[in-house]
Amino acid sequence: MKPPCYEYVAPDTLAGALRVRAESEDSVVLAGGQSLVPTLNFRLANPDTVIDLRRVAELATIDTRDGMIRVGAMTRQRTLERNDAVLARNPLIRETMEYIAHPVIRNRGTVGGSVAHADPASELPCLLTLLDGELTARSSAGARTIPAAEFFEFVFTTALEPEELLVEVAFPVLEPGEGWAFREFARRHGDFAVAGAGATLLLDDAGRIARARLAACGVATTPVRLRAAEEALRGVEPGSEAFRAAGELARDAVTTVDDTAASADYRRHLLSGLVNDVLTRAAARAGGPR
Amino acid sequence: MNGNHGTNHLDAEPVDGDTRYGPDDRIAISLTVNGEKVEAAVSPRLLLSDFLRGDLGLTGTHVGCEHGVCGACTVHLDGVPARSCLTMAVQVDGMEVRTVEGLAGSDGTLHPVQRAFRECHGLQCGFCTPGFLMAVTHLVENEELAETDDGVRAQLAGNLCRCTGYMGIVAATRRAAAEIASKG
Amino acid sequence: MSTRQFGARVQRNEDARLITGRGRFVDDLPLDGVLHGAFARSAVARGRITHLDTTAARALPGVHRVYTHADLGELDVTMPLLIPHPCIGHPRTQYPLAHEDVYHVGQAIAFVVADDRYIAEDAARLIEIDYDILPVEVDPAKAALDGAPLVHEDVPNNIAAHLVQVSGDPDAAFAAADHVTRIQVRVDRSTAAPMECLSTAARWDAVSGELTVWDGTQAPIGLRGALSSLFDLDEDKVRVVAPDVGGGFGPKIVFPYSNEILVPFAAKDLRRPVKWVEDRSENFVHMTHERTQIHDIELAATSDGVVLGLRDTFLHDTGSFIPYGIAVAQVASTQIAGPYRIPAIHVTFDCVYTPTVPVTPYRGCGRPQANFAIERAMDQLAAELGIDRFEIRRRNFITPDEFPYTRPDLVFADGLPVTLDSGRYDDALAALEKALDLDAIRAEQEQARAEGRMLGLGLSFYVEGTGLGPYEGAKIRLHPITGKAYVNTGLTAQGQGHETAWAQIVADQIGVRPEDVIVVEGDTGVFDWGVATFASRAAVVSGNAVHIAAVSARARIAQAAANMLEADPDDIELADGRAFVRGTTSRGVTLAEVATMSNPLRYAFNKAAQTATQFAPTARSTGKPLPDGERPGIEVSEYYSPPHATWAYGVHAALVEVDPVTCDIDVKRYVCVHDCGNMINPMIVEGQVAGGVAQGMGGAFYEKLEYDENGVLRNASFMDFLVPYATEVPHIEMIHLETPSPLNPLGIKGVGEAGTIPVGQVIASAVEDALSPLGTPPVRQVPLSPSAIHDLLRQARVNV
Ligand SMILES: Cc1cc2nc3c(=O)[nH]c(=O)nc-3n(C[C@H](O)[C@H](O)[C@H](O)COP(=O)(O)OP(=O)(O)OC[C@H]3O[C@@H](n4cnc5c(N)ncnc54)[C@H](O)[C@@H]3O)c2cc1C
Ligand code: FES
Ligand code: FES
Repeated sequence: MKPPCYEYVAPDTLAGALRVRAESEDSVVLAGGQSLVPTLNFRLANPDTVIDLRRVAELATIDTRDGMIRVGAMTRQRTLERNDAVLARNPLIRETMEYIAHPVIRNRGTVGGSVAHADPASELPCLLTLLDGELTARSSAGARTIPAAEFFEFVFTTALEPEELLVEVAFPVLEPGEGWAFREFARRHGDFAVAGAGATLLLDDAGRIARARLAACGVATTPVRLRAAEEALRGVEPGSEAFRAAGELARDAVTTVDDTAASADYRRHLLSGLVNDVLTRAAARAGGPR
Repeated sequence: MNGNHGTNHLDAEPVDGDTRYGPDDRIAISLTVNGEKVEAAVSPRLLLSDFLRGDLGLTGTHVGCEHGVCGACTVHLDGVPARSCLTMAVQVDGMEVRTVEGLAGSDGTLHPVQRAFRECHGLQCGFCTPGFLMAVTHLVENEELAETDDGVRAQLAGNLCRCTGYMGIVAATRRAAAEIASKG
Repeated sequence: MSTRQFGARVQRNEDARLITGRGRFVDDLPLDGVLHGAFARSAVARGRITHLDTTAARALPGVHRVYTHADLGELDVTMPLLIPHPCIGHPRTQYPLAHEDVYHVGQAIAFVVADDRYIAEDAARLIEIDYDILPVEVDPAKAALDGAPLVHEDVPNNIAAHLVQVSGDPDAAFAAADHVTRIQVRVDRSTAAPMECLSTAARWDAVSGELTVWDGTQAPIGLRGALSSLFDLDEDKVRVVAPDVGGGFGPKIVFPYSNEILVPFAAKDLRRPVKWVEDRSENFVHMTHERTQIHDIELAATSDGVVLGLRDTFLHDTGSFIPYGIAVAQVASTQIAGPYRIPAIHVTFDCVYTPTVPVTPYRGCGRPQANFAIERAMDQLAAELGIDRFEIRRRNFITPDEFPYTRPDLVFADGLPVTLDSGRYDDALAALEKALDLDAIRAEQEQARAEGRMLGLGLSFYVEGTGLGPYEGAKIRLHPITGKAYVNTGLTAQGQGHETAWAQIVADQIGVRPEDVIVVEGDTGVFDWGVATFASRAAVVSGNAVHIAAVSARARIAQAAANMLEADPDDIELADGRAFVRGTTSRGVTLAEVATMSNPLRYAFNKAAQTATQFAPTARSTGKPLPDGERPGIEVSEYYSPPHATWAYGVHAALVEVDPVTCDIDVKRYVCVHDCGNMINPMIVEGQVAGGVAQGMGGAFYEKLEYDENGVLRNASFMDFLVPYATEVPHIEMIHLETPSPLNPLGIKGVGEAGTIPVGQVIASAVEDALSPLGTPPVRQVPLSPSAIHDLLRQARVNV
């Protein structure tokens, strides 16, 4: 289990990195290496070029101004998770990130790496899907912004073009009074989720649900929004009945087939329970302006 | 161990941002390992775990899976635990690396975590032990130890031990944390 | 030394190096100029190689040699069947490197030796291999049916071995029964997953003609025998060393693996040290597996739950070859009646070839499966007869006055009929009940059920035949300079703490501190009589050999000291590293002096030696320096051979709650009562039990090797095969009983495997109890994944 041969570049600027990216036939990015290196060690990947971004300081930033938390792709997961300004603006980020692997992996793993890797069971892609986040991709030709809903295309597949790099990940802040929760189940601590669900819940003046957002990971080839359940919750009194019904509606989102981690039947059951749970907890946190 | 990945490339230069290195090229790196300065020339695909073990002879760091799950290869990079099997040697250029060999004092005085592992039977075959020692050292020196048994176990998750059933490791972690806390 | 070391919680001698990074595992050995190996392995389960081309691999810079079977000469023979048995009608073992046929994914086809492992792997990938893929059946039940694809063309129904054993009169028992219960249960395939995978390094010394092999094995002496025979070398020209070994748990008892042949072969061929270290992905498809058995078990009982007879027919999946014989199946079959009197037993098994990694013992060795079968059946019998699960067990226990209790014609792995030596089964169950506080648990359970929660209690009683012969030995030598004792045995340790346990035994006899007893094992260069470390036998067989040797060393020391002090040997006491005349402390000598003086020297190389030379005043005597029949120095070797197995036992229980959303199981309490006879070191015993339970937890919940229908392992990584972290293993409450074994001087029984055996049943029984109000079907299979539990709940048509 040793990495194969490849060409290696460690540019010191983003511009330099983009140039290499454009010039390379088949390049991968060495960000935190926590997904890439296992893949290389198993020789499941055999890239021509590895672009190591560790020296590109301009990508390791967190900016919490305006309504968005803008995170440079090379920001370590642990750094984002532990940032107090981020916590104040969107506590769901920390709650969700605590489920990613173990701290020792998050110490090295980057936010951009997790998103670009696009494992359908990953938490950050799920969170971006839930919050309607935005991704910024860049190539030598320029930058473009991609909504999360269009970014994740398939297992390990995103809307990034081969010559593009992911440079920034933007998480919207929560609305005042918006409730939030994330929960997942993995059979072993820190493993990728068998299934996970996140929710945000905004109530109107009458205490009814003005907006519910729900997303799930681990159940399909990409993270998914649970639109049917969201629709059903709009205008409804929050409560166990509504939440259980939402959980039932979530079942159909499961499209993965039986695998070694779980049967599809069980995943449906699990997801419906998780949805019920996150809605219940989000409702408890929802309320007046924060 | 990794003969032609090793340090015998005196002409190697430090990494240059514009150079595309081939698999047979060597890149000069300069780092600190357990307090000592190390200069070496490494292949771009050399894993840090192999660099430490093969090139530097620091075989205390073990390799149990080479895909990030077992934690046997855990070392500290700039004071923070990391998997050496998921890190390329080139990536630690300029960093401070600490391995199990650097835990005891220079006079051989054991670190409280090392002592606790012996006193609480926190090891059997000892293969996972270096990784645990590095993980637990960081935990007791930098984080708050959980109060409950379940909490401590969650803090230890990320390192596999196939021998002990973890009972001794949990006890050792508590003992070391208590000792470090009592010294302020 | 006033405090007895035997029985004390002595800290381990081996820890000092292991906690400072100075352990010496095979891959840590600094071998100058070492080359690195990598295997090319079969990508298909059953196939015929139509094209094998190593040209590109050989041409890669840095590659020294690429071997295929054609290059092996005399070594190109099938490997030994280590434990033959007349019931093995169709024994098959594999070649070091595959010929035309491959029999499982992962089978070794070619071996590359290169400057480093990176290049060796690059080259292995360049080897071109094409196959004709043949049909396969990986399920042993289907593989044994007529018409199933055959693993070995000439083995009908894939049946490697078939054995029928009858003890007592089962037909009469079934005829006399009021009630018969039947159940089919299944335990799935698993792997030991030691943290250190397999590893071999070798050096050929052309000057001396000696081959040195460092190997992460449990059986250095056995491997030495195999290698000298295969390489046609004198035994004293082959030295096998098992240095620190990172866990064994069974599969490292098997030899020779391909690497154990290819690495020394290449070292000899290339005249360079060669090393190969199995990586984790190889470990899953190369190192042997265990566990899959399907038991159909029937119990014949009276209406008050006394079991009169047992019939068990089971299939044992032996994988593609049967290198270790029927060991696993045989052990399962002989432990099928557990701690129960059951006077009539009919047990039959078939060992079935499947195109998968070969199966050999993994911690438990058939006992977890047998325990699962008998204990699931006992639970079912209890339920059907309306008898409490604890009570029905009590009614069937062999009582203390019935020991030794023999099961005639049921032949254990030592070739002798099963004879349980001693035990207090009733006391163990009572201790468990007390520790659990059964009344409180039942109240808690009632309350939980009222709230709609699924809380359940499960238990399992197990027995374990341990300490198999034929024999082990020990050598003790007192060092003349330091006065320290050196101990060698023919065993090897993989974490069991022999360096401490043996030291305690010796310390008690010769009055030194355990840290002054230096144990060196696992090196045929220092001691080469013995068997190996397996079957929970080390403490029993080697421990007693060490004890006998220590007693003998003590006698020699006392005699020598008596001569020096002009006293009666019976009056000599040994303590604190000295020998002195009882009642005085001044009239004494140090053990270093005793050792020095008992070796008449010619050369005065140091101060101590001066006093021992034949010309020193103290040594001057009229007789010979070394009287007839005497040996120089203090050195003894003794052996111990057990009359038959010792039988350890215990009972575990767990209180679990099933989460209705995740279908995960929370083990709220785990209680273990066990009896391994006298304990040398309770701290080490607890570590063994806890480690065993953790592996049992793995088997109960997480660890299942899944082959797909093409015979490809779907979860061959630590990402997908879930070895538990600390979070997946509960805290274990442990209660020790110590019933000395009457069979050996130290009164010990083995404990290495105890923890693992009962766990599957404990969890199955607890989950069944938790779910029972919902009307779920019985639990008949482990591991119990959340999906499996969900399936049980669904079958109960509970709207969850
Ligand atoms: C034991 C273990 C458990 C884990 N458990 C989880 C878990 O539960 N949940 C989870 O989400 N993750 C988990 N991970 C994965 C971890 O979060 C990784 O850190 C993450 O998936 C990848 O981030 P990275 O920075 O390490 O990226 P890398 O591994 O360096 O790169 C990953 C991929 O992303 C591409 N890439 C990286 N950065 C960019 C960029 N800026 N632009 C374009 N492409 C880029 C690379 O080309 C590569 O293909 C686990 C990992 C391990 C080893
Ligand atoms: S060897 Fe690095 S995590 Fe297992
Ligand atoms: S002590 Fe052997 S793996 Fe932990």
